[in-house]
Amino acid sequence: MEKKKYKEIVDKHTPKENILVNALTAFTIGGIMGIIGQGLIEFYSYFLTIPEKEASVCMIVTLIFISCLLTSLGFFDKIVNFCKCGLIIPITGFAHATMSAALEYRKEGFVTGLGANMLKLSGAVIIFGVVSAWTFSLIRMLLGVI
Amino acid sequence: MIYLHAFIFAGIICALGQIILDKFKLTPGHITVLFVIIGAFLDVFSIYDKFVAWAGGGALVPITSFGHMLTHGAIAGYEDNGFMGLLIGTFDLTSAGICAAIIFSFYLSLIFKPRD
Repeated sequence: MEKKKYKEIVDKHTPKENILVNALTAFTIGGIMGIIGQGLIEFYSYFLTIPEKEASVCMIVTLIFISCLLTSLGFFDKIVNFCKCGLIIPITGFAHATMSAALEYRKEGFVTGLGANMLKLSGAVIIFGVVSAWTFSLIRMLLGVI
Repeated sequence: MIYLHAFIFAGIICALGQIILDKFKLTPGHITVLFVIIGAFLDVFSIYDKFVAWAGGGALVPITSFGHMLTHGAIAGYEDNGFMGLLIGTFDLTSAGICAAIIFSFYLSLIFKPRD
């Protein structure tokens, strides 16, 4: 098939996504995630009397556990299809990427499959995070010295 | 009141991500990387600490806080241990999140089979 014709057909069948509706959905879901985060911090610091700094670590671990569990049960992909960035931008997206890679490559063996590919998607976050954090704190260090 | 701030802050970040994703036809991977870098940058002059004080958990849930904590740890390490502290302290605050993600994924992938 000619390239032009092919492109026309692809354009015709690509669903037109409404940017405004998507953004509003992401805003609402992301906001709810923020409220859940704050609620969990207050829950841990009030009822289990953990200092607030450690309570925020507990909150992040809880969210990661919930999203790992939902991903392995197969619900998370369906929810992401609806909520989009509302669940990808929060820490749940990071856990989802790790978990789905682990599930997918599990059958290829432990070392060459699971071990080598678990951080396939989320490794980008860690690598760029570390590189940028190191560079930016080096810059801040140099500015502080001057 | 902090719940309202948390809702607004986390919501705005997610909406921004969604708009960038739709406009430039990027993958979700690009978006998360972009927001981690933004978070790491905002912590250079301690701007993100003000967001955390204002929005509480709303500022800690988005992936930007991951970059923020990486830079925060590196700077705190520098103050404690000098130049090598930049390398020692980077993972101080984020290791909980990374370890939790890896450990939960490992054990859950032993239990569950992939579904499509």
